[in-house]
Amino acid sequence: MALEPFTTHTGVGVPLRRSNVDTDQIIPAVYLKRVTKTGFEDGLFAAWRNDESFVLNQEPFRAGSVLVAGPDFGTGSSREHAVWALKDYGFRVVLSSRFADIFRGNSGKQGLLAGQMAQDDVELLWKLLENEPGAQVTVDLEARTATCGTSVFSFQVDDYTRWRLMEGLDDIGLTLRHEDAIDAFEAERPSWKPKTLPVLS
Amino acid sequence: MGRTLAEKVWDAHVVRQGAAGEPDLLYIDLHLIHEVTSPQAFDGLREAGRPVRRPDLTIATEDHNIPTVDIDKPIADLVSRTQVDTLRRNAAEFGVRIHSLGDLDQGIVHVVGPQTGLTQPGMTVVCGDSHTSTHGAFGALAFGIGTSEVEHVLATQTLPLAPFKTMAITVDGELPEGTTSKDIILAVIAKIGTGGGQGYVLEYRGEAIRALSMESRLTVCNMSIEAGARAGMIAPDEKTFAYIQDKPHAPKGAEWDAAVEWWSTLKTDDDAVFDAEVVISAADLEPFVTWGTNPGQGVPLSASVPDPEQMADAGERAAAERSLEYMGLAAGTPMREIAVDTVFIGSCTNGRIEDLRIAADVLKGRRVADGVRLMVVPGSVRVRLQAVEEGLDQVFLDAGGEWRGAGCSMCLGMNPDQLTVGERAASTSNRNFEGRQGKGGRTHLVSVPVAAATAVRGTLSSPADLAPAAQPALV
Ligand code: SF4
Repeated sequence: MALEPFTTHTGVGVPLRRSNVDTDQIIPAVYLKRVTKTGFEDGLFAAWRNDESFVLNQEPFRAGSVLVAGPDFGTGSSREHAVWALKDYGFRVVLSSRFADIFRGNSGKQGLLAGQMAQDDVELLWKLLENEPGAQVTVDLEARTATCGTSVFSFQVDDYTRWRLMEGLDDIGLTLRHEDAIDAFEAERPSWKPKTLPVLS
Repeated sequence: MGRTLAEKVWDAHVVRQGAAGEPDLLYIDLHLIHEVTSPQAFDGLREAGRPVRRPDLTIATEDHNIPTVDIDKPIADLVSRTQVDTLRRNAAEFGVRIHSLGDLDQGIVHVVGPQTGLTQPGMTVVCGDSHTSTHGAFGALAFGIGTSEVEHVLATQTLPLAPFKTMAITVDGELPEGTTSKDIILAVIAKIGTGGGQGYVLEYRGEAIRALSMESRLTVCNMSIEAGARAGMIAPDEKTFAYIQDKPHAPKGAEWDAAVEWWSTLKTDDDAVFDAEVVISAADLEPFVTWGTNPGQGVPLSASVPDPEQMADAGERAAAERSLEYMGLAAGTPMREIAVDTVFIGSCTNGRIEDLRIAADVLKGRRVADGVRLMVVPGSVRVRLQAVEEGLDQVFLDAGGEWRGAGCSMCLGMNPDQLTVGERAASTSNRNFEGRQGKGGRTHLVSVPVAAATAVRGTLSSPADLAPAAQPALV
């Protein structure tokens, strides 16, 4: 189990009033040359962060962990780095009215909650967060709700992804639940199957 | 009902059948690793405190980013050097066998597997590289995976896999003189399209495939991915067994007998049904060359650059127009009149010893045309040494070509061997995408004999176009 189990999370909500945020905008290609899986926070929304008025450059939002974005979030290239960058920055949840499939899939695998909610609710949430910068959003995965002040919004996430997030299971963790089966398979493998070690030549 | 070859190999590796809607979990027999797609996978293991489950089924080699000359000097490009250094560190830390630059077994990952005998029939083979399909020539189920899957295999030696469909590609008849397995696969891709194999595992079969040598079969399976397929396979036969028998990792003694017994069952049953079938007549094939920027945009060498105006499909027309603009070609130009700046012979498609022998055969007693650069790059150090032993290196040098160290080299613009803007190449590699061989570079994919003949004439040519070679003086 490599991921932190997700039950509820409370953190500063960040209104990102943009639609069609593609993975190139989430993290530009120049950041992809690295050899690590962490440390991508500086690449997150890199182009936009040069702009002082960008939401993450404003004080209470800087510490945000719940991103509220416009429709079609995470489109474009399938790079997993987009999820890594969001997580490395400190985001645990992205709420949007529509996600690109691959991004949603990658999120579930990496422990980032991608919750889909009605665009009307996104707009309401944006207003709440803008009227009261730094307002906290509490996301309850069990109940599939996001609460800001007295307003409660519901979001969707499929049962399987929800279960995985709540258990804190990444793909590898899921497979390792069947380690017995792997052991049993290995015990039956023919002895002549090649091994790379020791080195023969 | 009978099973196809691909299904038999799949069945033999199911660790756990997925419940409804869940993928099956498959065991992986061999995991090949290189410097570009593995760093984050190892980082993920480190982060989670997980070991490599089976270092003894894992092997790493340096190929994509390395230079093919001056290999004793530090790699100049910082990102490349970091990736290579990282691979070395990870291999040491996790106990993975690695063949580094300078090592006798270093080379392109898909050349190293077969030459060591680690690739065998009926295996599942994966690598963070799309041309892993190459290994299917042995009747292995071999396919490329992404970095998070690399981590998954390192940690568990398994992969959850969605089922595939099967497609039979039957190549009947006999290949005409001067054509090779490269022409078969380019013709297949032109026929079914770069997306035609999507979701399928291809099985190449038929008389022309059976007649191919093992190394020629590797060329066919290598490019399955260019047809969009998950993998490509050829049923193992006596040639396959003979090729493996003397390799270091081949089973020995009674184990060899047991292995051959099982391998011999690895063929599609007569009553098995493929989801799709394509038939090609080998007798109709000619040397094939590409004119555009995807491997499906190819024509026989005797043809001309196609005219987009004549294409019925609007999408195809737009793509062709864009390709021609990038390639700097006018519709109607005979392919044979296209002059090249560079000829690249190498890559995991055509960088094995048989390829070099064919190239040397054409180049012997001939000179590379003025103004043309010929680069010959062996796929591995062992291929290089074998070529030297046979004197092939001298043939290339005498012809005016460059003879370099082993690696991916000009197959992709990730190392110092690159085309410059507007430079045109005839290349034995597998991808002619925009910028693949260097920013602005223009690639024509060709077979080895066409590459060698093109180097001599300076325009796209086959050996049949060449004047007789100079004969050594009689004594
Ligand atoms: S030779 Fe080319 S296609 Fe083959 S592994 Fe290297 S870069 Fe990939």
